[in-house]
Amino acid sequence: MKTTLLLTCVILPFAATAAEQTFDFKDPKGVNTARFTLDAPLETISGNANGVSGTLTIDPAKPEATKGSIVIDAKTLNVENAMMKEHMLGAEWLDVAKNPTITFTVMSLEDFNMSGQAAPAPGAPKGSSMDSVTATANVKGKFSLKGVEKEIAVPATVTLLKGKLGARTGGKMQGDLMVIRTEFTIKRADYGINPKAPTDKVSDDIVINLAIAGASPK
Amino acid sequence: MRTTLRLFALLLLLGTAGWWVAAGKNPGWTKNKVAIEKKDEITEIVFIEYEDRFVPGVDILAAAVAGAVVLAGLSFLGRRKVAAS
Repeated sequence: MKTTLLLTCVILPFAATAAEQTFDFKDPKGVNTARFTLDAPLETISGNANGVSGTLTIDPAKPEATKGSIVIDAKTLNVENAMMKEHMLGAEWLDVAKNPTITFTVMSLEDFNMSGQAAPAPGAPKGSSMDSVTATANVKGKFSLKGVEKEIAVPATVTLLKGKLGARTGGKMQGDLMVIRTEFTIKRADYGINPKAPTDKVSDDIVINLAIAGASPK
Repeated sequence: MRTTLRLFALLLLLGTAGWWVAAGKNPGWTKNKVAIEKKDEITEIVFIEYEDRFVPGVDILAAAVAGAVVLAGLSFLGRRKVAAS
């Protein structure tokens, strides 16, 4: 009886966390991308950043308890004009020397909805698990940009690609992939990004489009 | 001299406009990088890679127009020689 109790004490915590999966969003392929667009009447400015990192821990049984953060290296922000890039990273605009990262820290997931499940791949053995699961959710979190942190909620689509890490790494690693897609808008003035700049030339609305893949090796 | 200046102004204007059109009529600022969209086959994420390429924008076109106006304007500065009667 004592042994059973001891075993239960040791095994239960592991059983409880066994369903949890942590996904690392540092992508060696450089595919993970955050795009931004400022569409002003006189000028449209767009660019991207590929210095994405961070981790998310998700329990499919309790998706609302998802925790983690996505970090973007502000120095990897890029536009098509070298002088514009220099200005964008400078003190007046993003001041990346003082604020080297842009962070979204997940606080909770709401309205989690399993919107679709793909069938197993052709030729997959009978009874094999689904190849991919897609869900939508409203993600509440803290968005930090240029030293200003604000609570925001963003709509996201999350796709779990089971066993696809091997295909992506040429068989070097096995595991699952998680793809997150989201698009949301923030106000430039809210984050103190050169609020004096005229909005007919540089829009106050910054549309951020994130498409990132995280790996969970097994 | 006048004719030479006016000819240079015309060449500058037409040459720059032709270059701008041939390079794709970029309506924005001059670019020294061009974004190329690519798609990751496994995750289907569309991502951007930058290629070093110079694409003239409307700023260069405007500079050429200004240069041509200056050259043409200079051609009117000199005193016209009046033929002795």
